Amino acid sequence: MAGLLLKDIRKSYGAVDVIHGINLDIKQGEFIVFVGPSGCGKSTLLRMIAGLEEITGGDMFIDGDRVNDVPPSKRGIAMVFQSYALYPHMTVYDNMAFGMRIAKESKEEIDRRVRSAAEILQLTKYLDRLPKALSGGQRQRVAIGRAICRDPKVFLFDEPLSNLDAALRVATRIEIAKLNEQMADTTMIYVTHDQVEAMTLADRIVVLSAGHIEQVGAPLELYERPANLFVARFIGSPAMNIIPSTISATGAQTTVTLAGGKSVTLDITTNASEKGKKASFGVRPEDLQATHSDDFLFEGTVSIVEALGEVTLLYIEGLVENEPLIAKIPGIPQVNRGDKVRFTADKAKLHLFDAEGRSYRAY
Amino acid sequence: MQQLLAAILTMIVGVLACAAYFWSTNFILDWIFPSKGLSGKAASRNLRITNAIRPWLFLAPALFALTIYLIYPVYQSVLLSFYDRAGVNFVGWSNYFWMVNDGEFRQSIFNNFLWLLVVPALSTFFGLIIAALTDRIWWGNIAKTLIFMPMAISFVGAAVIWKFIYDYRAEGAEQIGLLNAIVVALGGVPQAWITLPFWNNFFLMVILIWIQTGFAMVILSAALRGIPEETIEAAVIDGANGWQIFFKIMVPQIWGTIAVVWTTITILVLKVFDIVLAMTNGQWQSQVLANLMFDWMFRGGGDFGRGASIAVVIMILVVPIMIWNIRNAAKEMRSH
Repeated sequence: MAGLLLKDIRKSYGAVDVIHGINLDIKQGEFIVFVGPSGCGKSTLLRMIAGLEEITGGDMFIDGDRVNDVPPSKRGIAMVFQSYALYPHMTVYDNMAFGMRIAKESKEEIDRRVRSAAEILQLTKYLDRLPKALSGGQRQRVAIGRAICRDPKVFLFDEPLSNLDAALRVATRIEIAKLNEQMADTTMIYVTHDQVEAMTLADRIVVLSAGHIEQVGAPLELYERPANLFVARFIGSPAMNIIPSTISATGAQTTVTLAGGKSVTLDITTNASEKGKKASFGVRPEDLQATHSDDFLFEGTVSIVEALGEVTLLYIEGLVENEPLIAKIPGIPQVNRGDKVRFTADKAKLHLFDAEGRSYRAY
Repeated sequence: MQQLLAAILTMIVGVLACAAYFWSTNFILDWIFPSKGLSGKAASRNLRITNAIRPWLFLAPALFALTIYLIYPVYQSVLLSFYDRAGVNFVGWSNYFWMVNDGEFRQSIFNNFLWLLVVPALSTFFGLIIAALTDRIWWGNIAKTLIFMPMAISFVGAAVIWKFIYDYRAEGAEQIGLLNAIVVALGGVPQAWITLPFWNNFFLMVILIWIQTGFAMVILSAALRGIPEETIEAAVIDGANGWQIFFKIMVPQIWGTIAVVWTTITILVLKVFDIVLAMTNGQWQSQVLANLMFDWMFRGGGDFGRGASIAVVIMILVVPIMIWNIRNAAKEMRSH
C-alpha cells in the first residue's frame, strides 16, 4: 500500500509562509497532478515530498511510514526534473546505474534493470552516449529511465515537459501516460502549469493557489463543477466568463440580475438569506451559443474576431466594462467586427459564485 | 615632483601619439581608396579593400611590439645559446653539453621537478577543498577574502614574510621565527629550516602554495557555482552521500577548469624565481632553473651563452604545457 498522506503540511522560509497547511490523501497507483499559477507552491510541495525541502510543520506519510525526517533516498521516491538533471559526465547507462551503484546492487541486477528501463523507453541504442549527444526528448527519457531504475513507490515529475518543444511535448506526454499504465502500482505525482497535461494525465488534479489547495478532483469534475472562482477561471481555456450580478430571487431556482440589467434564472438552490447579495455569474466561452431568439442570455458588440479554423473566438464588449466576454463558436461563423450578437447557454452549464468566490453548487 | 611630471607628460604624449597614429593611418587609407563621391562599382571595390586593410592598421602597433619584445628575444636567446660567454664566438652545442654534465643544473632540474609535482597539486587541491567548504557557510566570503589576499602580495614580499616565519636563532636565544617558536614551545630544537638540503625545497614551496591557493580557490569556486543544482539534487535522491556527490558528481563536472588551474600553476612553477632568489639564492641545494639562469647571465661577469641555453631549456619545458593550457581554456569557453 504505497499511498501518500499529507497532514497539515506547512512550509515557511523564515517569517514567510509559502505552504499553509496541505491535507491530501493519495492512493497507491494514482496519478495526481498539482497545477496552479507560478509561485503557488506546487513545486515546493513536490520537493517536500521528495525530501529536497524540509517540512516546517505537519506530517507526511509514505506507505504508512512517517517520512518527515527520512532522507530522500530512503523514501522510495524517484524524481524527474524539468531540466533533466542528467549527470553530464556519465553515459546514459551510467546515469541510470548511478543510484544502484551507490546502493551497491550486484552488477547483474544493475544491468538487468538498466536494460529493461532502456527497452521501455527505446533508449537501448543510446546507452553508450553522453547526455550532450542526445536531443531534448531523449534526455528527458533518460531522466525518466533513471527514475524507473530506482523502482520507486512514488514517482515525482517536476514540470518534465516544459523544456521540450510543442510536438515533442505531446509525444512525451503520451509516453508518460503509457508508462503510468505499465506501472499501475506506482503512485505518480506530477507538477505542471499546463492544464492540457493536467487534464489528460491526471486521475485527480490538485489545484493550488498561494500555498493552499483550492480544489481536488477528477479533471472533468473540476471542469464541470469548479468549487470556486479560482478553479473556474484556472481550468479551461479561454477562462470562464464572469459577470458581476445580484441575486434577486432565491429558492429551488435562483434568479440573478446581471450587470446590464438582464435577469437569468439558474437551476441552483439558494437560501432566502442570499437574496440581494452580490454574486459572480459564470459561463464558459465554449458553452455559449449564438442565437437570434429573444430568449437570450446576453447581448453585445463583437470587438475582435479570432478565427482559428476549428473554432472562432469572439470578444464581446458592452456588458462588463474593460473586460470583454469571450465566446468560443465551433467552425467559422459569419460574424464581423461591430456586429451585435446574442448568446444563450444550456442552464446546466451556468455557474454562480458567492461574494467569497465559492460556488453555490458546492453548498 | 619632476619625475611625476615627466611621467604624466610621457603618458599624455603616448596617448596622443596613439590617437594620431590611428587617425592619420585611417585618413590616408580613405584618401588612397575613397568610397564617397565615386560611382557604385568603384566605391564598393574601394570599400572592400579598405575593409580588408583597416583591421591591420589597428593590429599593427601590437604586432610590432610583440615582434620586438617577444619573438625577437626568443630568436636571439636561441642564437645566443650557441655562442661563448661574451656572445661573440660560435661554439656549437658546447653550452648544452656543459649543461647536462653540470651538477648544479641537474640539481635545478631535480628541484624544479619536485616543485612541479608538489605545488600545482597542493594548490589546486587546497583551492578546491576551500572553495567547496566555504560555499555554504555565512562567513565563507570572509574566509575566501583572507585566503585570496596573498595573491596581492609580490613573490619577493611573500618571501620576506616567510623569512620571518622560518627565522632561526641559536638554541637558547629567543626565537623570533614563528616555526621555531612553536618547535621550541613544544620542546624541540630550533632548526635553520631553509638550510636543510632537500627539505628546504618544501619550505620554499609552501610560500608559493600559500600564494596560489587563493587563485585556485577563486576560479574553482566560480566553477562549482556553475554546476546545475539539479544534478546535485538528483544525486541526493539517488542516495549519494556528501563525499560521493563531491567526487563523483561535482568534481567530474568541473574537471576542465581543474585542468586549466593546474596547468596555469604548473607554468608559473616552471618559472619560479623570485622566491628562491629572496630566500636562499639557490644555496643549500635549493637551486631552480630560473635562478640558475639569472646567476649565469648576470652574476660574476655573466656568461650569455650558458644563461641563454638555460633560458631555452625553460622555454622548451613551458611551451607544451602552455599550448595544452590554452587549448583547454578555449575548450572550456566553448562548452559554456
